[in-house]
Amino acid sequence: MYAQMVDTGAKKLRSLEEMTPEERAFQARVDADIKIEPKDWMPEAYRKTLIRQISQHAHSEIVGMLPEGNWITRAPTLQRKAILMAKVQDEAGHGLYLYCAAETLGVSRDQMVADLHSGKAKYSSIFNYPTLSWADIGAIGWLVDGAAIMNQIPLCRCSFGPYSRAMIRVCKEESFHQRQGFDIMIKLCRGTPEQKAMAQDALNRWWWPSLMMFGPPDASSVHSAQSAQWKIKILSNDELRQRFIDQTVPQADFLGITMPDPELKWNAERGHYDFGAIDWNELYEVVKGNGPCNRERLRARVDAWESGAWVREAALAHAEKRAAAGRRAA
Amino acid sequence: MSREWPLWEIFIRSQHGLAHKHVGSLHAPDAEMAIKNARDVYTRRNEGVSIWAVKSSDIVASSPGEKEPMFEPASSKVYRHPTFFPMPDEVKHI
Repeated sequence: MYAQMVDTGAKKLRSLEEMTPEERAFQARVDADIKIEPKDWMPEAYRKTLIRQISQHAHSEIVGMLPEGNWITRAPTLQRKAILMAKVQDEAGHGLYLYCAAETLGVSRDQMVADLHSGKAKYSSIFNYPTLSWADIGAIGWLVDGAAIMNQIPLCRCSFGPYSRAMIRVCKEESFHQRQGFDIMIKLCRGTPEQKAMAQDALNRWWWPSLMMFGPPDASSVHSAQSAQWKIKILSNDELRQRFIDQTVPQADFLGITMPDPELKWNAERGHYDFGAIDWNELYEVVKGNGPCNRERLRARVDAWESGAWVREAALAHAEKRAAAGRRAA
Repeated sequence: MSREWPLWEIFIRSQHGLAHKHVGSLHAPDAEMAIKNARDVYTRRNEGVSIWAVKSSDIVASSPGEKEPMFEPASSKVYRHPTFFPMPDEVKHI
């Protein structure tokens, strides 16, 4: 999940009777699955929560380019390099779709970027882990993009029109990402024992962080309940996590590699896999900024933004000069 | 650091014969860059054969508050649809 632990500002969930007439009419539209569009009336908390959620999602796409970009120059073949470049370019595109969706809510692009750089806005915890080998590119596509798809498909039905439309575009493009990752894993697992060991090592390191992407259990969280009422969160963190595990374990079986979880086993009664306890302290530490790569990731973003400043300014100055010349000629 | 690049709305025609359709927006310093950026952001998979870029500030929109007076009058004029007129079965090609 690219947006984790989004604060809604809610203290408790309010019933229809406790709402103002405007809020009630708004909730009725949401309940009837009528999309909310930017110029429609909306509760201020809905607007603010969506800005937090969509911008966090956008930042994740942008920061997510860094761990994969790390391997573009070292991809094992020219074709793998071209494919990885196309994937990283897609991530940039996804970030841009999402920034545009957030801007319709009245926040500026520069403000969102500034909030990322100051640490006020978050991005997904998963991108604070390093990509140590080529197999990590396989594991990211397979697991991280797989988890992202799991989260994003329900969001195609979310109540806010621009977010829903951005998610539909993203989902159309994202399944290529997951398949290219699994394709890398197949290749490694059918390769030499050393290559298969690389694949197993990548799975060992990415499995738990991938499960943490869905966020901590939220069945009793007031923010999740509020987001569910607004239909900007469709399924709970635990439901999404269980679905992800259930679909991914057989894929690992196919590859002939194993999840680093001795407690993982099929529970015929539940019809789901049981799994071991997740170390939530690790997630909280990563979210707080103490993951293996937090500082490096943020520094790379700030450097890119600052080094590009003169280009942005020059392009604007050039455009204005040409527009002024055009006016004089007319 | 300074002003943002202006916002542009992007319209793509997916194939010959279809109308341009709004696909999203982006920032660019001028029209030429808006078209170039639109190509990279919105047509990475052969989505289009033509791009329009319009400055967002130049778009005039109907107001959501006036939705009813704007669009309600059409809903009572059902005779504008051909299905309003039942045709006898034996009459063909109509």
